[in-house]
Amino acid sequence: MSKKYDAGVKEYRDMYWTPDYVPLDTDLLACFKVTGQPGVPREEVAAAVAAESSTGTWSTVWSELLTDLEYYKGRAYRIEDVPGDNESFYAFVAYPIDLFEEGSIVNVLTSLVGNVFGFKALKHLRLEDIRFPIAYIKTCGGPPAGIQLERDRLNKYGRPLLGATIKPKLGLSAKNYGRAVYECLRGGLDMTKDDENVNSQPFMRWRDRFEFVGEAIQKAQQETGERKGHYLNVTASTPEEMYKRAEFAKEVGSPIMMHDFLTGGFTANTGLANWCRENGMLLHIHRAMHAVIDRHPKHGIHFRVLAKCLRLSGGDHLHTGTVVGKLEGDRQSTLGFVDQLRESFVPEDRSRGVFFDQDWGSMPGVFAVASGGIHVWHMPALVTIFGDDSMLQFGGGTQGHPWGNAAGACANRVAVEACVKARNEGRELEKEAREILTEAAQHSPELAIAMETWKEIKFEFETVDKLDT
Amino acid sequence: MSLQATMGDYQTKKTLETFGFLPPLSQQEIYDQIAYIIAQGWTPAIEHVHPSGTMDDYWTMWKLPFFGEQELGNVASELEACHRSYPDHHVRLTGYDSYTQSQGSCFVVFEGRA
Repeated sequence: MSKKYDAGVKEYRDMYWTPDYVPLDTDLLACFKVTGQPGVPREEVAAAVAAESSTGTWSTVWSELLTDLEYYKGRAYRIEDVPGDNESFYAFVAYPIDLFEEGSIVNVLTSLVGNVFGFKALKHLRLEDIRFPIAYIKTCGGPPAGIQLERDRLNKYGRPLLGATIKPKLGLSAKNYGRAVYECLRGGLDMTKDDENVNSQPFMRWRDRFEFVGEAIQKAQQETGERKGHYLNVTASTPEEMYKRAEFAKEVGSPIMMHDFLTGGFTANTGLANWCRENGMLLHIHRAMHAVIDRHPKHGIHFRVLAKCLRLSGGDHLHTGTVVGKLEGDRQSTLGFVDQLRESFVPEDRSRGVFFDQDWGSMPGVFAVASGGIHVWHMPALVTIFGDDSMLQFGGGTQGHPWGNAAGACANRVAVEACVKARNEGRELEKEAREILTEAAQHSPELAIAMETWKEIKFEFETVDKLDT
Repeated sequence: MSLQATMGDYQTKKTLETFGFLPPLSQQEIYDQIAYIIAQGWTPAIEHVHPSGTMDDYWTMWKLPFFGEQELGNVASELEACHRSYPDHHVRLTGYDSYTQSQGSCFVVFEGRA
């Protein structure tokens, strides 16, 4: 270590390590998993994190004396061991609420996960959790509609909703794409989804897609007597273009549209959520780029933080992984952030990776979306893990059915309803999975064939990002 | 045999949302669902509508929701009574959840004749 570096760290500890501090109800609290460079004491590293993510600069400046930094500074107030890890530790930091602009997730993240992540005294840094004070939550718009209003608008009660991402994800013409949507919806899905990387490519421009999909939705609604939707992806290269697409999504009669909140960014996302609220539209949120940020166990931002930020920024659905499908996801950890999306109060629970009590007050809830490599055999586990306030999306598991999309949709619908009915009757879904599905398939050749098609498919790999135990 | 010959033709169905893809529920299965609603602390309620009004948000209420009702037999006999009075109508059972201000359960018990 260089001399200059040591000097800087000493100053940080003097001002920003305050083990006697009792956090205020209005403080924003953060838990970081910190991996320092060898030989630097924990208190100094923790203080550096607090300083560099709030008021601190490497050198004292005269203008500090013109304000009351004791009021504005972030404070490292607790250090804990990480179970099973000698190299890293948890640092808890309290930030006064006045450090942040009201209703701006952009501002919160720019402070908390800004320059500090490149700080040389740190080998790795991971933001594990944030406790947002209720006073701050009240300044955020949140979901445009929320779970309760979405159920009322769509007339879907007492069960998970069913969806599918239209495949192939790239390359279909607008009319053929609308056909795939119509087939899924007439077969019994509640909604279908644009793939995240479908925006407005040369093979299918957005306006043409929206028109054909609009017709597909209306026709399926008339023929089934049920309410339908398709998440029209309005993610675009500029906010102006995004709003133009949003207007047209409303015009063609879809109740819902979609946005990618990480690649699009929180500024675009919060703006679109506000637009949706004012225009009576639901907003589905995809999470492309999340694994870049959240998968490494020692560096980045845990997804539970991104999920909390999305609930505040605004969205009615958020992808959470499936636990059982083709994409990474630990069961306990997933349950931990699914609670953050849907509940009005979530208590601290380290067994689920929840580091703080979190009071959401009156903030509406967000549907948890399970999508990626799931099929009918997963249904009993999915209903058990995610419960009714979820959106289960079977892409290949619908459109890969030997009879096509409509039969695949029907198979999934029969399966989810059979599982809900059995659960309500008090049966244990995961234990009796085979019996429940087999009974249901007696009345549904579509389900019987789906069960035959996907009976051998499993995705069993070790989770990379495990909870610290 | 050709692939086409083994492939089924999926005919679009008029379905009535939750449980619309299951065979009609038996008396015992209806009892089980009423018991579930009561066990959750929800309030059972009955609504009906002529099939031409299926897509409406509001169906006609049969009496008031049965606040505090614990006897599933009472709910079942009200369902029967509603069905007898409006044999052509869809009759659905709802479980009102006052905590979420939503309906924890809602499904059609008797299908009307269009």
